[in-house]
Amino acid sequence: MIRLERRPQASRLWAAATPLVAVALTMVAGSALFGFLGKDPFISIRTIFWDPLFGEFAWYYRGQLLVKAGPLILIAIGLSLGFRAGIWNIGAEGQYIVGAICGAGVGLAFYPAGFWFIFPLMIVAGAIGGFAWAMIPAVLKVWFNTNEILVSLLLVYVAEQLLASVSLGLLRNPDGAGFPGSRNLRQYEAASNAEIIAGTGIHWGVVTALLAVIFAYVLLSRHMLGYQIRLAGASPRAARFAGVRPNLLIVFCLGAGGALAGLAGLFEVSGPSGQISIDFNSGYGFTAIIVAFLGRLHPIGILLAGLLLALTFIGGEAAQANLGLPASAIQAFQGMLLFFLLAVDVLASYRIRLGSPEAA
Amino acid sequence: MTDTLLAVDGLTKTYPGVVANDNVSFSIAPGEVHALLGENGAGKSTLVKMVYGLVRPDSGRMEFAGSPYEPASPHSARASGITMVFQHFSLFEALNVAENIALGMENPPPQRKLAKRIREVGKAFGLPLSPDRLVGELSAGERQRVEIIRCLLQDPKLLIMDEPTSVLTPQEVEILFETLRRLRAEGTAILYISHKLEEIRKLCDRATVLREGRVTGICQPSAESVRSMAEMMVGSTLKTPSRRPGTPGATVLDVAALSVAPASPFGTGLKDVGLDVRSGEILGIGGVAGNGQDELLAALSGEVRVVRGALRFHGNDIGNFGPVARRRLGLLAAPEERLGHAAVPDMSLTENALLTGAVREGLVGRGFLRWNRARAFAKRIISAFDVRTPGPASAARSLSGGNLQKFVIGREILQRPACLVVNQPTWGVDAAAAAAIRQALLDLAAEGAAVIVISQDLDELVEISDRFAALNGGRLSDARQVAGLTMDEIGLMMGGAHDLAPGNAAA
Repeated sequence: MIRLERRPQASRLWAAATPLVAVALTMVAGSALFGFLGKDPFISIRTIFWDPLFGEFAWYYRGQLLVKAGPLILIAIGLSLGFRAGIWNIGAEGQYIVGAICGAGVGLAFYPAGFWFIFPLMIVAGAIGGFAWAMIPAVLKVWFNTNEILVSLLLVYVAEQLLASVSLGLLRNPDGAGFPGSRNLRQYEAASNAEIIAGTGIHWGVVTALLAVIFAYVLLSRHMLGYQIRLAGASPRAARFAGVRPNLLIVFCLGAGGALAGLAGLFEVSGPSGQISIDFNSGYGFTAIIVAFLGRLHPIGILLAGLLLALTFIGGEAAQANLGLPASAIQAFQGMLLFFLLAVDVLASYRIRLGSPEAA
Repeated sequence: MTDTLLAVDGLTKTYPGVVANDNVSFSIAPGEVHALLGENGAGKSTLVKMVYGLVRPDSGRMEFAGSPYEPASPHSARASGITMVFQHFSLFEALNVAENIALGMENPPPQRKLAKRIREVGKAFGLPLSPDRLVGELSAGERQRVEIIRCLLQDPKLLIMDEPTSVLTPQEVEILFETLRRLRAEGTAILYISHKLEEIRKLCDRATVLREGRVTGICQPSAESVRSMAEMMVGSTLKTPSRRPGTPGATVLDVAALSVAPASPFGTGLKDVGLDVRSGEILGIGGVAGNGQDELLAALSGEVRVVRGALRFHGNDIGNFGPVARRRLGLLAAPEERLGHAAVPDMSLTENALLTGAVREGLVGRGFLRWNRARAFAKRIISAFDVRTPGPASAARSLSGGNLQKFVIGREILQRPACLVVNQPTWGVDAAAAAAIRQALLDLAAEGAAVIVISQDLDELVEISDRFAALNGGRLSDARQVAGLTMDEIGLMMGGAHDLAPGNAAA
């Protein structure tokens, strides 16, 4: 009989090894899946994991990797602060949209002026937009003890309606022949988030994501506020005894998560995407939840997880295009990754015992 | 039926690095109350778990009611007629009493029938309990009743009780003993684990003493003194806490007309509580579990803010101060629940030292943590209070109850409080560790601190307090000098306990 036995202390070795084991198991199970679909498993895996980095067209894919990983990491870092404290912000997608609308709105308000401060001002507006959208669940939770999971999630759909409305109305391109969608910010230099080094995919959002990783790392491991966040997540009652004010943490964690999601939206709309349109959002806010957990809510882990997930997106698209794999197979493959991670994760806190039952 | 109900012969159980039980043998006769004595880590729990089918021995054998007994699980142990009341309750807080009891039974009757049985058994054994109440709203003492009633409903041949009286008042203990004696008269054997030697002397027919996994003696408790049994258990002479008589100084903490609404619908609020404690004195607060102890601690620690004027510390109003501000002034507290309140189970001892030590020990500078100082503080607690652990990086969860308690109390005492409030300082702690904690509290008072000890262990309160007050239904009696106070008077002060007296319960 196989049993799980709780370890007296979580294993650091397993905690570090689980992502690697999970990726390896995903490759094995994914190979089987692709094999059943009649594709060469080896080539499929190579197309997803190897070609984007080292293949013939790697010069293109590598840039795409950072473009995709940047917003994922930025949002996931913000979410992880709340998740560490037991505050479940599920609505990053909405905060991302509102950040993009606010940032783009500020930029477009100055069109066609060319002041130097326009882009910095857009950054501030994007952060404030995401922050303000996240304050709705925060304030409702503090005052009325509502559930932040539901409120933040439902506000995503409100934000999507808002996005559709401004694309058709307030922010619609006056010179766009009536098509929905705003002016393209990439063609408006003062408001454009261009690549910092051409061809690498590095734009200001990627830089901000790296700064956020460092900031979160220092906060969680060296700062009192980070300690209080971990305390509140590990044991709310002990946190109150220690003097942590729960409402302060709710406002901080939701606010920081919203601001970072808003920034991600702003950098996306002024860079890779270029314009506000009805289908501007592409699920980064939800995928970032997976990234946060894949990275074990640790800043460095999130950095690696963001890159890994971006790789499966890009490699997955390549596999769809080149090998004719169905999109649903790629989604199943990404699902496997999360599944194996959570399954293997159990080994960090528990050990497997074979033999007779015993609860020591 | 044979003369021996349970015979344990040469049980050995080894865990990596430890021999938990080494060739342990003892026997229990039907209708015998048999005590299992030993310090924390002596192997009592492992032994009991083997009897209850939770752990399988490496070698040795057991016989129950004349036939070989090899329980593969608690399920088969219960089927054979062995039930157990654990020290740590295994109850679901979101379910009510009857539902919890049904979950632990092999063939639970329908809820309505069960509720009736719970009332009957509760009444018959002096353990009143409403089957409809949510366990989450019950006090520790009431939760234990749920566990006991669950066992009694299954008509056990052998009842194992792990530290059953640690949350009961003398009156409740008397009722429990009455229950157990009645069970004994019916032929039920009881395996009784306790650190309270006086109880064992009163109740138990025989005792098996364990030390470091081996049986070091079998005695007849009524023929031994508390001291001789304690020494058998510890393996050396035990020193009783010594107190230096002194005159109390100025009033440190003054509580007047303190009322706090209950934290939950079934909780006990504080009603017009008044007390004062002076420098160099220990004020003992007794009372049955769930009469406002947690609420009083929360109001004093700052977890719950109180109205202006209700709390004065050195004459200053601190009612609206939070825990951090109160610590800065020197008002420190140690709650009853070690895991999840006084300490975080999954955090290291260093991080747990930071939990309350941040302000007074200077472990934080400009918002940044000083890990080296925190680690040094944790090490200081570990060495000063003899906490048995590999080091400050160990998780709090990995420590035994007694060791973690020493760490929690030590953490507060080392911060040199002007006033320390502790709730249940020695709950579930072995005799040697309990003596060390009491001595530390006495020393703290002798150095000039004001100490408030909230406890349900009246022997402890009488031993260390200068003055005594009792909580009952959220009201605090007037404090009286302990010298000259009799147990009967204490019982009267605890007031609300009278309706639990054996005479009423049997009616």
